[in-house]
Amino acid sequence: MENTEEKELVPFVILARYYNTTLTDKFKHRKFWVNPVKGEVKSFLPGTVDKIFVIEGQEVKKGDVLLIHEAMKMKNRILSPVDGVVKKIDVAEGDKIKKDTLMVYIEPNK
Amino acid sequence: MSSITSKILDLNEKIEQLHKGGGEAAISKQEASGKLTARNRILALLDENSFHEYDLFVQHDSHDFGMEKKKLPGDGVITGTGTISGQPVCIYAQDFTVAGGSLGLAHARKITKIMDHALKLRMPIIGINDSGGARIQEGVGALAGYGEIFYRNTIASGVIPQISVILGPCAGGAVYSPALTDFVFVVDQISKMFITGPNVIKTVLGEEISQEDLGGAKVQAQTTGNAHFFAKSEFECFQQIKNLISLIPASNTEKAKDIPSSEPKQQTPLESIIPSDPHQPYDVREIIRSIADNSDFFEVQEMWAANIVIGFGRMGGKTVGFVANQPMVLAGVLDIDSACKAARFIRYCDSFNIPIVTLEDMPGYLPGVDQEHAGVIRHGAKMLYAYSEATVPKITVILRKAYGGGYIAMNSRHLGADFVFAWPTAEIAVMGPEGAANIIFAKEIKEAEDPQAMREQKVQEYIDKFANPYVAASKGFIDTVINPGETRSYILHALALSDNKEEMRPAKKHGLPPF
Repeated sequence: MENTEEKELVPFVILARYYNTTLTDKFKHRKFWVNPVKGEVKSFLPGTVDKIFVIEGQEVKKGDVLLIHEAMKMKNRILSPVDGVVKKIDVAEGDKIKKDTLMVYIEPNK
Repeated sequence: MSSITSKILDLNEKIEQLHKGGGEAAISKQEASGKLTARNRILALLDENSFHEYDLFVQHDSHDFGMEKKKLPGDGVITGTGTISGQPVCIYAQDFTVAGGSLGLAHARKITKIMDHALKLRMPIIGINDSGGARIQEGVGALAGYGEIFYRNTIASGVIPQISVILGPCAGGAVYSPALTDFVFVVDQISKMFITGPNVIKTVLGEEISQEDLGGAKVQAQTTGNAHFFAKSEFECFQQIKNLISLIPASNTEKAKDIPSSEPKQQTPLESIIPSDPHQPYDVREIIRSIADNSDFFEVQEMWAANIVIGFGRMGGKTVGFVANQPMVLAGVLDIDSACKAARFIRYCDSFNIPIVTLEDMPGYLPGVDQEHAGVIRHGAKMLYAYSEATVPKITVILRKAYGGGYIAMNSRHLGADFVFAWPTAEIAVMGPEGAANIIFAKEIKEAEDPQAMREQKVQEYIDKFANPYVAASKGFIDTVINPGETRSYILHALALSDNKEEMRPAKKHGLPPF
């Protein structure tokens, strides 16, 4: 039960008008939008880093295989999204990682 | 002893043996975990002496992995017919004491047989779920069993009421039968529903979570919206089921039973429930209780998407479905969850000939990237679809705000409402006065010597012109502006007039609601 009696009334603005109301837990815990950073390679599923093919400082082309990410019994080839230089590798082979974990950052070529 | 007598004794002995289910040890274990046995659940739910069991003698014919040596009483499920307050129902209850209530082909065929029976005889089907899942030893036979149940759930959908009661684990494929049915009942600490359990999640994803936090009764009733009714005990749950059965018809060709009309117990003047300050909230359920017979309101999905309120009540003795914005939660905005919640309920009412009474007080749609990216366009459209599609009597009362898309969505005249009434407090406009003034008078406000004063003046101008029901009334979009105290009598009159409402739609196989 969303117990409305015990919840605090807060001002809530919809179309420039405020209303005093209670907030749901779901609303309070909603995910905030963050602008994606070009060159950041994040895990799209939770899983395991199976094999890494690049080293920091290496030049890569868009589409080069960076690593194998094993998730849901599939070995997924993770490709570089841009031409650039591998600036940082944040994972090691064998790491179990969550969804949206930053794995590799490729500094895009200017 | 004559041979007939001995045959009867033999039968009685067989029945007695089978009624023991999984045996004393298993039964004590079931009861120690706070659960009734399958048979006692059926007896507690149905009218006394009304249960007639079928297929008690059914046995599986699996002969792999030692199954050939295992006799499973009733194959782990009890099926039959009975009555609830005199209303005939078909029922099945999985027996966790027999092989963990696991579902094999014979078990599933008992369920599909009683479902077929319910569909042919046009009566509600109640399924009590308490099962460890597929009987692994039977392999694909168990999967076939689930599939045959899902198929029947779909065919019977919108024809007979289908009620799922989760009184134990219900995991993997098993969860999809409840998901396809009309109403799902859960009990605190007893019900557990998930597609993949904590063990698999831990192995695959490394996330640790308890069964309760993953898919317990509270989660299903509050977070996911999979459950419609939450109870603290099995007893309370059975009372809720009885209550629901009394409010709905036995099939889509009937109407819910009328009972004598009674006045609302709650006699608070309606206009005193709504605060005079338009920024202040109130509990819209107070309005519902002030117009419903005996002030009874049986709320559906009370804990989930509480910014919209849905549920059953009676008016003039007839069952109606209420849909109302809840200013007390998120100011009563429409969002993905509330649109899905209302749309399904509207379609339920339409399928089962239950008139819909809509109470409107909504400021607009919930803004946010998360909403847009999660598809509020598609999900929000479900509500437009459901209201437009419904041919049952549709009555709307605009209590306060009716702004923008929400005005259209909340069963407006334009979506086919039969009666639209507005209180004098109604504000029917394309958006709230502040937002509208900012846009219409942007230039004047910007160029004014005192922009703030100018804004306030323009907001007031807009309020004077549009923050009322009379512009909409002048166009005939609402039928009349009523005194709040007359709300019940206007609705009763409208319901009486609509008793024989008939509205035709072009023939089609089925529409394409934005699933």
